[in-house]
This record gives sequence, C-alpha cells and structure tokens, in this order.
Amino acid sequence: MKLISAIIKPFKLDEVRTALDVAGVQGVTVTDVKGFGRQKGHTELYRGAEYVVDFLPKVKIEAAVADELLDAAIAAIETAAATGKIGDGKIFVIDLEQAIRIRTGETGTEAL
Amino acid sequence: MKRLFVFATLLFAILFTAPAWAEEMPAAAAAVTAAADTATAAAPAAPVPNKGDTAWLITATLLVVMMAAPGLGLFYGGMVRSKNMLSVLMQTLVVFCLLGVLWATYGYSLTFTDGNAFIGGFDKLFMKGVTPETVVATFTKGVVLPEYIFAAFQLTFAAITPALIIGGFAERIKFSAVLIFTVLWFTFSYIPMAHMVWYWAGPDAFTSAEAAEKASEFAGFLFNKGALDFAGGTVVHINAGVAALVGALMIGPRIGYRRESMAPHSLTMTMVGASLLFVGWFGFNVGSAMEAGATAALAFFNTLVATCAATVAWTVIEAIFKGKPSMLGAVSGAIAGLVVITPACGLVGPMGAIVMGFLGGIACYWGVNGLKRMLGVDDSLDVFGVHGVGGILGALLTGVFASPELGGTGVWDYVANAPGVFDMGTQMIAQSWGVGTAVLWSGVVSYVAFKLIDVTIGLRVSPEDEREGLDITSHGESAYHA
Repeated sequence: MKLISAIIKPFKLDEVRTALDVAGVQGVTVTDVKGFGRQKGHTELYRGAEYVVDFLPKVKIEAAVADELLDAAIAAIETAAATGKIGDGKIFVIDLEQAIRIRTGETGTEAL
Repeated sequence: MKRLFVFATLLFAILFTAPAWAEEMPAAAAAVTAAADTATAAAPAAPVPNKGDTAWLITATLLVVMMAAPGLGLFYGGMVRSKNMLSVLMQTLVVFCLLGVLWATYGYSLTFTDGNAFIGGFDKLFMKGVTPETVVATFTKGVVLPEYIFAAFQLTFAAITPALIIGGFAERIKFSAVLIFTVLWFTFSYIPMAHMVWYWAGPDAFTSAEAAEKASEFAGFLFNKGALDFAGGTVVHINAGVAALVGALMIGPRIGYRRESMAPHSLTMTMVGASLLFVGWFGFNVGSAMEAGATAALAFFNTLVATCAATVAWTVIEAIFKGKPSMLGAVSGAIAGLVVITPACGLVGPMGAIVMGFLGGIACYWGVNGLKRMLGVDDSLDVFGVHGVGGILGALLTGVFASPELGGTGVWDYVANAPGVFDMGTQMIAQSWGVGTAVLWSGVVSYVAFKLIDVTIGLRVSPEDEREGLDITSHGESAYHA
C-alpha cells in the first residue's frame, strides 16, 4: 500500500477529484494549505504599505491506494493538475504500513 | 360638473358670510382679539419653522448617525487585522455615544451661545431654556429651525469627529485612554474650533452696518475673519487629522510596523463602510445648508461630482504609479473627495467641485504614500493622509473656487441682503487663518491631552496584549470563530 500526498493548485481540485475517481481511487482527504516552492510569493499593496506574501494557498490531497493502483492514480493527478505553468505542485509517495476501517475492523487493502 | 358648481357656490357663500359671523361675537372676545392685534403690530410675527426644512434636517441628522455607526466602524474595522476588529467597532460606537451625552450636557452650550470669540458660555448648560418651541436661525433671513433638531444635527458632527481620530492609533491603544482623550480633546479642541468657525448671531441680526457690528461682537474668531467652512473642513477634518497624527506620533508605531504584514483583514467590510459614509455624507454636507432649498441642491450636486472625480483620480494615478488600480485605493479616493468638498460644497460651482475632487484624490494619494514615508509616523489608517491633507486642501481651494468668476457663489452680504464683494486674495488669507488655527490649536491640545494620559494611566496596552489582539485582551470577545 502507498500513501499519495499531492500539492496542487486550488482551482484544479475538482478535475483531480474526478480523474482519481475514474482511476478507481475510493477516497481522498483534502486540506487547504499554504507554502512556497519555486513559484515564490507575490506582493500586495495597501495604500502606501507593501507586503510580500511568501506563502501561497495550495490544496493538499491525500489518498491511500493499493500498490497496483499507484501508477494509474499518479497519472490521473499529473494529467488533471497540470497547467504547464510554474506552481502546478508536486506528488509525494510514501510506503503505507497499515490501514484499518474503523466500522468493520477490516485491515490492509480491504480497508481502502 | 354640476356637483362642482354647487361646491364652489357653497364655498363662496361661506367665505363671504364669515365677517357676518364675526360681528356676532361677544364684545369680550372682540376686545381680546383687538389686544392681540396691537401686540402683533408692535413686533412682527416670530418666524415659524418650515416643515420641509425640519423634515430634511431630521433626515440629514439620521444620515450622519449612520456614518458613525456602522459606517466609520466598518470602514476602519476592515482595514485592521482580524484580532482588532471589535476594538475598532467598539471605539467608534462608544466614542460617538459618549460625545452625544457630553454634547447635551455642556458641548452645545459652550459652542452655540454668546461667550467670547473662542468659546461660548454656560447659558444652555444641560439644554437649559431649549424647548420644542425655541428656534435657531439658518442662513436666510426669516427662516428658522426647531432648536432641538439643530442641536441634534450638531451633536452628530461633534460625536463623529473624535471617532475619526481613532484610525491614527488603532490596534495598540488602551480603551480607557481613548475615552479620556476623547473627553479632553472634545472639550478643548472641538468645542472652541466649532465656536470659532460657526457661531454667529444669525442673518436676521444684520439689518444695518451698526447692527452688523454689534452682532459680530460675539461671533466666532474665524467667522469674523471671514473664513468659509460650509460643512466642517476645518472643524471636523483638519481638526481630527492633526489630532490623529499627533496621537500616532506620541503612542509610537505598532509592534512589527514595516516588518510584519499588517494587511487589512476584510476590504469587503471597508467597502461597505465607505459606501455608508458616502451616502451618509450627503446628510453631513447637504444638511449643513440648514434648509431644504437651492443651496442644499447645490451642495448635493457638488458632493456627488467631487467624490466621483476623486475616485477616478486616485484610481488612475494608482494604476500609473503602482501598476494596478486597487479597490482600497478607489474607496480611499471617494473618502478623499468627500473630505475635500466638505468646506466648499455649498459655495462652489460643479466644475469647481470636480477640479477640487481631482486635486483631492491626487493630494491624498500623496498623503498616504509620499508624505507618510516622509513623516515616518504609523498613522495606522491614514487619518492625517486623507482627512488632514484633504481638509487643508479643501479649505484653501474653497477660497479659490467660491469665486463667482470660477462658478462659485461668492459671499453673501447680509446687511444689503445681496451678493457681497468677493476678493480671492482676501478670501485666501481668511482661509489660511482657518487652516493655521485648526492645525495649531488641535496640535497643541492633542499633544497636551496625550501627554497627560501617558504620564497618568498610560496610552498603550502591554506588548503581549498587542500581540494577542485587543479584541480578546481589552474586550474579552473575538470577532470571528473559525
């Protein structure tokens, strides 16, 4: 099992969700996050005051998938989240030791 | 048609038989009527307030109340960080209400009764002698207003002016310090300035040159200098702008000023507040005509076009110099236009108003950018940059565009009851007297008041409280719950 953690542009969320659904991913967790990467921040101007906003708003999606579904899920996110411009985000993949469905007590890929 | 004819005949009959009824009146009643007639002949009938004028002043007063709560509160509140939102709303509301009480107890008397050239007397302390029947003069001979609505209208001016100052020291001042400062400043700066600029005997006293001289004896210092201030450019805006600058200087900058982000937390709120101010300002400016007549219409039109011009000017100049026209810039332009036209709205022509608006937008843009950097003072919500700079420019330009040659109304000679001689040089000297007096007077009073508070109870909250935000630490509540 793998845990996919992807940082994407907020307005791409719906497209990514649909693509993951089509690829067969059963569920995702979505969080509003802020951060910086190569895109850096931007400057905001309020009357005479200038503020550099270092952290840009992004969305983080986390999905636990069975090993055989990993490539399809990654491809789905990569295609759906891409605009080709700087700041499209990143996908991280982490080994997942265990998963448990609380209601039934199922474990492993059964629980996904 | 037939019915109409019958009705007309009846009316005719009643009108012409009325004297016959009068003849049948008992002799005693006739004697009373005769006595009353003699009294009326001796002194001309006292003027009675016009219901239209009164209705307009009631409406105008309400509009100014709306400017303070919620207008000014939301305008300022949106510009602070979310942790200080309630403190600003609280300060504007409570300052307004505290001043309302002070106005009724002694402010009205000290401003609008005979005293000397700088301050009035105690004749109307606790509203003594004011009844629903007492009236005050307007700007036209023989036209009066009920005194209560005049006093209420002036109350809203006295109460919103100290509320404007709050923007200078927002996000770091003790609530108790705000209230004490407000009482001191109102008593020693607002009241004398308002008396100096606006107190006079009224047009009816100006019957001859000698009478005019006698009537001017008790009029305000700046009124006698001939300084024109239609709706409060000096009394309200320069006065408040200078106090805010002195306050910001003495209390010091906010922790993290120029190092941390202090971006406005809700420009949507600021827009809503500014819009309420925009609408309410018509009560402020047009109500200052004191009558629902020609001057009111002129003031209305000028206020409208000057504000539009200033908004356009700020937007264009910001787009040129900063690359992007901002919403905060546009609403700041609107407020700048309203401030600039305030002293002039009933005295200039519409093209004069537009020029004043354009210049006001540009000057106040400089006020919150170039001038603010030059002064290096954390006037947090740019009270001086907008109200101070706009007020000074407006007061001076009033002396230019009031000229009949530039489409203005000129000045009115109440002795001749005709347009007077307008000389721009003389008028500019009078206007400069107004500006100089307001800057100096408010500057000195503010300095002394802030100093007194600083050495007694202190002006600032503790650094920890400032970090945490005044909503929780001063008022025990938070504006938003995530």
